[in-house]
Amino acid sequence: MTKKTSTTAEKKPETAAKSAGFSQAPINAGLSGEQKIGLFRTMLRIRRFEERSLRAYQAKKIGGFLHLYIGQEAVAAGCCSLMGKDDHVITAYRDHGHAIAVGMDTKGLMAELYGKATGCSKGKGGSMHYFDPTRNFWGGHGIVGGQIPLGTGLAYALKYQGKKGAAMAFMGDGAVNQGAVHEAYNLASLWNLPVVFVIENNGYSMGTSQERSSAGELAQRAAGYDMEWGQCNGHDVYEVRATMDKFLSKAREQSRPSTVEIDTYRYRGHSVADPDNTYRSKAEIEEYRRTKDPIQVFQDQLVAAKVLDAAIVEKIDAEARAEADQAADFAEASPFPTPDDIQKDVYWEADNPSERKSHGRLFFE
Amino acid sequence: MPVLTYREAIRHALAEELERDPNVVVMGEEVAQFNGAYKVTEGLLAKFGPKRIVDTPISEAGFIGMGVGASMLGVRPVMELMFWSFYSVAFDQILNNAANVRYMSGGQINCPIVIRGPANGGTNVGATHSHTPENVLANHPGVKVVVPATPADAKGLLKSAIRDNDPVFFLENTILYGDKGEVPEGDVLVPLGRADVKRAGTDLTIVTYGRCVLHSLAAAELLAKEHDVSVEVVDLRTIRPLDIDTVLASVAKTHRVLIVEEQKPFASVGSQLAFMIQREAFDELDAPIHRLATIDAPAIYSPPVEVEQLPNPRRVLQAALEVLA
Ligand SMILES: Cc1ncc(C[n+]2csc(CCOP(=O)(O)OP(=O)(O)O)c2C)c(N)n1
Ligand SMILES: [Mg+2]
Repeated sequence: MTKKTSTTAEKKPETAAKSAGFSQAPINAGLSGEQKIGLFRTMLRIRRFEERSLRAYQAKKIGGFLHLYIGQEAVAAGCCSLMGKDDHVITAYRDHGHAIAVGMDTKGLMAELYGKATGCSKGKGGSMHYFDPTRNFWGGHGIVGGQIPLGTGLAYALKYQGKKGAAMAFMGDGAVNQGAVHEAYNLASLWNLPVVFVIENNGYSMGTSQERSSAGELAQRAAGYDMEWGQCNGHDVYEVRATMDKFLSKAREQSRPSTVEIDTYRYRGHSVADPDNTYRSKAEIEEYRRTKDPIQVFQDQLVAAKVLDAAIVEKIDAEARAEADQAADFAEASPFPTPDDIQKDVYWEADNPSERKSHGRLFFE
Repeated sequence: MPVLTYREAIRHALAEELERDPNVVVMGEEVAQFNGAYKVTEGLLAKFGPKRIVDTPISEAGFIGMGVGASMLGVRPVMELMFWSFYSVAFDQILNNAANVRYMSGGQINCPIVIRGPANGGTNVGATHSHTPENVLANHPGVKVVVPATPADAKGLLKSAIRDNDPVFFLENTILYGDKGEVPEGDVLVPLGRADVKRAGTDLTIVTYGRCVLHSLAAAELLAKEHDVSVEVVDLRTIRPLDIDTVLASVAKTHRVLIVEEQKPFASVGSQLAFMIQREAFDELDAPIHRLATIDAPAIYSPPVEVEQLPNPRRVLQAALEVLA
């Protein structure tokens, strides 16, 4: 990999030693076998959902972009498994994993990809714009870095309303170079807002490696804003949880923001339109998949701990595949929105005519 | 009826809404300790304290985006832009995030934010500080755009804007801040989307908004006195939603239209109005629709020349005579 800070060779021994430790971190040691299997299931469901969506894309059922999260599953699954009722999540366009991890129904997610009225955003957002405020999931945002001030605002609202929760604002390694991110860092630290900025460092922003896009360490930039920061491996869900738990607690208990950089990797191109043959080698991908695949790593840990065995894994996998197929069947069978739906959900007032207070035309020809 | 300045009228609206709804927060650069760059928020910090009246760093993308995010969770931020001209550095937050989040979420998320501040030329501050972005803003479905001309309208419209569940962009005018006018006392709202006939007439309709309402009224006075022409002045007050019905009713009466706007002419608010009037009242028109806009160049600094670049009573009068000829 072309990351400056974490070459595989350097990190490997340390990681192996540490990861036994992470499974024993209090936040993980307290997990029941069932909860551990739940985490494993979430990661596998994300992967099977995305593999199925890729097939649907190749069958031309899905338009636009499709940014797959395959390889990064432990990050969303680990982080979102820590959410309490007043914790909130916002992320960028690579959002399928987070949506599944917060508990959204994959039927609505697949239907959204198909552009169907039964989609989680009624077919109005697409792959990059999943939302479910009932699960504290605030999107799904297409402009690199643009969601970070919004996530800071979620934290501001929590603090303003006196709630003891935290916001997690996810971004990629490329997003840290956006001005809006730095403005948000400053505000969050200045005003002691309960937000954890999570950099999912998969090594590349489209076809540009971290090395070619970013000066210095990514998470360390937070220090310039007097914010605590940390780094961890993203292929080990225990490590993700142990690290994030520390910073989330700090946000909830002390209302202090932080930035956490989680090293991870995507196996697929930037989006399905990326032929993935200009900026990295197949060997690099294979190496990560072989040694650090987050699902395999967790499976091995759970099998070693006798929480899982081959039969259970097979059953969970079969269920995840079936769920993905059912989601695709549901999406296929669902109706498209109609042209009459185009101008719905634009204005609250237009959608609530009995409560409308303004006059005049809201729409034009 | 009490007489207030435009500035005081806005301040009263803010104070009353802060009093009424604990979710309302006023935020922006210099709004608290400094009492406002244009003193609109003077005294609010003393009255409501630092939780409700919040000074921000010079960080428009950051704090406006933060306000948008907070509004999704039910806070009702009223954000001050020291000048609307600075919207360009927060464009993504304003016109991608605030404008689109309801739509892209299939109607699941509301964004009850107000962004307010002055948007005008005529103060010799050059092109960077003289933008009038109402056309740019109103081009985005999902947002509402308000441009008040008088103290009474400023107060009543701002109160409506703060209670609105959609994002409302409120464009004031530094030159009007000191203008005085009668303002009804107490909880009096002016609904968004209702135009106001500021002067009745029979020979020519001037459709306008913002400070150009005052120029148009001054020109109408001269036209009555010196040219025996009866001019009706329709103040739109709100650009989106747009009260086209009041405009069309006036056109049906006068059959001649002049649009006056402090806008660059290309794809302006007036361009949209002209399209709608010809489309919906073609048979009523006795003359082509005319439009007086800002002379099409970046705002010039030179003080006496800037007066001529913008609409002014003399230019309005001249344009009116052209429609009547
Ligand atoms: C403001 C903006 N510029 C450019 C793009 C196009 N674009 C979309 S994703 C992307 C790469 C972002 O990489 P990173 O932040 O590392 O996230 P990742 O895709 O790796 O998850 C680019 C350049 C965009 N969507 N928004
Ligand atoms: Mg990346």
